[in-house]
Amino acid sequence: MSVIKMENVTMKYPTGTVALKDINIEIEKGEFVFVVGSTGSGKTTFLELLLRELVPTKGRIEVAGIDLARLKKNRIHKVRRKIGVVFQNFRLLKDRTVYENVAFAQRVIETPSRYIKRQVPAVLALVGLEDKYKSYPRQLSGGEQQRVALARALVNKPEIILADEPTGNLDPKHSWDVMNLLDEINSKGTTVVVVTHNKEIVNVMKKRVITLKKGVIVSDVQKGGYIDED
Amino acid sequence: MKISSVGYSVRQGFKNIRRNLLFSLASTGTIIACLFVFGLFYCVLVNFRGAIHKIESSISIAVFFNEDLSAEAINLIGEQIKTRKEVNTIEYISPEQAWESFSEQTYDDPEAARAAFGADNPLAKSASYVITLNDSSKQADFVQFLESIEGVRKVSSSGDTADSISAINAFVGYASFGIIFILLLVSIFLINNTITIGITVRREEIRIMKLIGATNGFIRAPFIIEGIIIGLVGSIVPLVLLYYLYDLVINYIAGKFSILKNLFEFTAPFDMFKTLIPITLLIGIGIGFFGSLITTRKHLEI
Repeated sequence: MSVIKMENVTMKYPTGTVALKDINIEIEKGEFVFVVGSTGSGKTTFLELLLRELVPTKGRIEVAGIDLARLKKNRIHKVRRKIGVVFQNFRLLKDRTVYENVAFAQRVIETPSRYIKRQVPAVLALVGLEDKYKSYPRQLSGGEQQRVALARALVNKPEIILADEPTGNLDPKHSWDVMNLLDEINSKGTTVVVVTHNKEIVNVMKKRVITLKKGVIVSDVQKGGYIDED
Repeated sequence: MKISSVGYSVRQGFKNIRRNLLFSLASTGTIIACLFVFGLFYCVLVNFRGAIHKIESSISIAVFFNEDLSAEAINLIGEQIKTRKEVNTIEYISPEQAWESFSEQTYDDPEAARAAFGADNPLAKSASYVITLNDSSKQADFVQFLESIEGVRKVSSSGDTADSISAINAFVGYASFGIIFILLLVSIFLINNTITIGITVRREEIRIMKLIGATNGFIRAPFIIEGIIIGLVGSIVPLVLLYYLYDLVINYIAGKFSILKNLFEFTAPFDMFKTLIPITLLIGIGIGFFGSLITTRKHLEI
């Protein structure tokens, strides 16, 4: 069963730039997929379309069984609750502790407090940060901050994790920590889509690799590696 | 939005105010100033209207009848006049009362004059109704109505006085409406600014909330609560100030200018504030609510 489906998707910006052209992708439940490509290849647009921050000029997108074209504006939260997002620059709230940052994700989808008190410590334990729940983001290393971001993305039990350059700001050791964690999450059934530049990680992990170039899919390989554009 | 999230939104609303204290204080201060001026205006207006009403009710219209009209017919005309909404008071002046009043006003020795005429009342055919209206602007129409009644010989009225009273009344009404309207616009503009700054400061947090899947209502609620709190404080402060000030001023004037007492009567503080309090609270909360609603609709579009 596919959790992400793009059929003939084209995204043209009002400026005239075509960011994606005639994209067809199907990602099955439980898959681990890398989306790779250089700057301007359309990776960011790809993520923004899945999150319904953008509406495609043409084509159809389905996420977790929801047809995004038919989704009314006041129902967008429905699809977003099925996706956990991780960003390159972590995007943690600096004035809140680790615990509060993770609890925030539950609070904003109006989860009752008694569940929050139970689930936040559990997910912090999963990412190995149960001892740092009182710390503020500035007191953590980059890798730890990314793990907090991952905990925040996981706490609402999404069907899909979208990670946008999750290792972009991390050293190799912390990059591997985060990727291993994503692999572990994927092994429990969550679909993981990672947009990345990190050749080493893509080549070592041997997952499905979709390569974008100038808005077009140039390759889509199971157990693939990073294709240099040149 | 779920009931369980209301507490969270209220706490966030207060937090927004604390984080953005300077601007929150600025807009609260402006609303205080606006509603204080509004309240002052309202107090002056109510008292002015009271004075106008007193003058209006002293402008009377006299209705005289055909000489051969029976007492019964005159009575019927009186009943017909009473049915009109604009009638404030109606009084029947019999020929005897008319003669007595006339002689009192005309002769140096009214008793002697009346004795001289004896039973022969010169105003025997001058029975009349003296009518006062509750709204002087309706006088012209009302006079027309009176003149159209069969049996009415003459209607005597002071049209100019009524016209000028109506004109003053209308001017004060329009002027106060205009000033209040401008003040409201200024307040909404300032609330708008404060909320916009709040949204800008929290832009990153709002974006994360949206991506996590918060509903628009949930994202908006703290800002709307912030607006309502600003509006509420902005209306309570001027009400308290005005209450003490009003009491102080009417006591001062009553003490210093006791001559005014006969001409003019101040509206009692209780009567004034039983309407001013709900109006001011409603305006304050309304400004806060609509100001923040407009802003969040504009800036929180996904």
